[in-house]
Amino acid sequence: MTVSKKIVLRFPPTLVDQPVVYRLVKDYNLSFNILKASVTPKEEGLLVLELTGKEKDYQRGIDFLSRLKIKIQPLSKDVTRDEDRCTHCGVCIDVCPTQAFVLDPKTKRVEFYKDKCIACELCIKICPPRAMELHF
Amino acid sequence: MKTISEINERIKKGKVVVTTAEEIIDLVDRKGLKKTSKEVDVVTTATFAPMCSSGAYFNIGQPKPKIKLGGGKVYLNGIPCYSGFAAGDFFLGVTSLPDDDPKNRIYPGEFRYGGGHLLEDLVSGKDVKLEAYGYGTDCYPRKRLSAWVNINDFNEAILFNPRNCYQNYNAAVNLSKKTIYTYMGMLKPNLGNAHYCSSGQLSPLLNDPYYRTIGLGTRVFLGGRVGYIAWYGTQHNPKVERTKKGIPKEPAGTLALIGDLKGMKQQWLRGASFLGYGATLIVGIGIPIPLLNEEICRFTTVKDKDIYTKIVDYSESHPSGEKSNLGEVNYEELKSGKITVCRKKVPTASLSSYSKAKEIAEILKSWIEEGSFFLTEPVERIPSVNSKVGFKPLKERPIR
Ligand code: SF4
Ligand code: SF4
Repeated sequence: MTVSKKIVLRFPPTLVDQPVVYRLVKDYNLSFNILKASVTPKEEGLLVLELTGKEKDYQRGIDFLSRLKIKIQPLSKDVTRDEDRCTHCGVCIDVCPTQAFVLDPKTKRVEFYKDKCIACELCIKICPPRAMELHF
Repeated sequence: MKTISEINERIKKGKVVVTTAEEIIDLVDRKGLKKTSKEVDVVTTATFAPMCSSGAYFNIGQPKPKIKLGGGKVYLNGIPCYSGFAAGDFFLGVTSLPDDDPKNRIYPGEFRYGGGHLLEDLVSGKDVKLEAYGYGTDCYPRKRLSAWVNINDFNEAILFNPRNCYQNYNAAVNLSKKTIYTYMGMLKPNLGNAHYCSSGQLSPLLNDPYYRTIGLGTRVFLGGRVGYIAWYGTQHNPKVERTKKGIPKEPAGTLALIGDLKGMKQQWLRGASFLGYGATLIVGIGIPIPLLNEEICRFTTVKDKDIYTKIVDYSESHPSGEKSNLGEVNYEELKSGKITVCRKKVPTASLSSYSKAKEIAEILKSWIEEGSFFLTEPVERIPSVNSKVGFKPLKERPIR
């Protein structure tokens, strides 16, 4: 059975320049989609990944990450859009760090690509009619 | 040459030809100005954007025994209303906030519920809490009233907006090193983004730049039903710099609008919160332009790329009231998602919804085609470039 999960990884400074994700692919047959990657001022690495693979491989991959002292958290917050409230103004477009909002040049509607969202919550308070909702 | 009564005759007979301000552009490109201005009778324009100078007045009838609201206090869902009228009347403004709202004491304030949200609740038929305090007179003895009401409990509920429909608006940027929260949205530091607010080629007053057809008494689409232009709007400022085609390059004309709140639709009146700035109302407006002659038709073919606005810094020059202009940009560039300011590529975003404005223009078009909406002859013209009307900053005379 294949699983696909969104997880938040926090790397200690010693691991920031290691090819950890590459090992996940090569040694554990997992595929990944990087949703966000950054290094904090304390040089701790932050990586939000969507990790996909066979359930067994997935578990082994996670064990491998834990052995490296990488902190793993599920990305459990979920941001959705109330389609009825959205006015398609576009104010959210330039606040979203992952470009989850895209203005369709033809329809002039603002499309929300939920799979790109990392639930940073920036758009929630920015959206004037409060169409963006946070769920736990 | 056509007259409004001829157009109305065609509406009655079901023969009227209506296009939106977007459709007319292609049509004139294809068929030419002469032919199109003969064939098309009406062009519909629209906007759907936050408009803070909006509000509504109400009459409560009277409870038994009676209460004098005038000079007293009135709250709806905790939102303070203005009660300096007669015994049964009060006014609610869309930026009004509950007394206990932390406002910007917790910065940036969230302003989750204000006058605009309350208006949206009323329009959607919700019950709201009315609390009123009178000082008691011989004829209005009651001092306190606390009751649930909804829009149908009022004798009148009239939307009355002293300033809507700005003819063009600034593109806002932030030159400072910190994020600022403005009525133009959150502006990121060091030219991190640029926000604009106009429906551009669909915008009513940009399609009739000298107010040749739009005037006092013009019947319009307001909040989902019929409304009227009551007056020119506050801060109406026709004498600004214009392009060769007459399009203002900065905020210029405005309109005061009025209409029956009962029967308006929640979809077209939306409460909104601007982080760090305040609460407001997003208002849907549609205005028909009768194509009385070729010149009026030509004005309605205005395109996004013909409409220029100024890029204004909201970190310093705008708040201090100094004129600033970091360059001019047109709406085609703004809508492309990126503009160049001070040699930097800056992402853009809009506060006004073009897709919803288009929907309104389509609805107004269908009302006219169905014969349920007739055009009006303006009762009076709106002051234009040759008038004395204009905007001036307050000359402060300090009290010593
Ligand atoms: S800011 Fe809100 S209303 Fe505007 S497009 Fe984004 S989600 Fe929709
Ligand atoms: S929460 Fe909003 S701003 Fe943050 S990533 Fe998701 S869509 Fe973008």
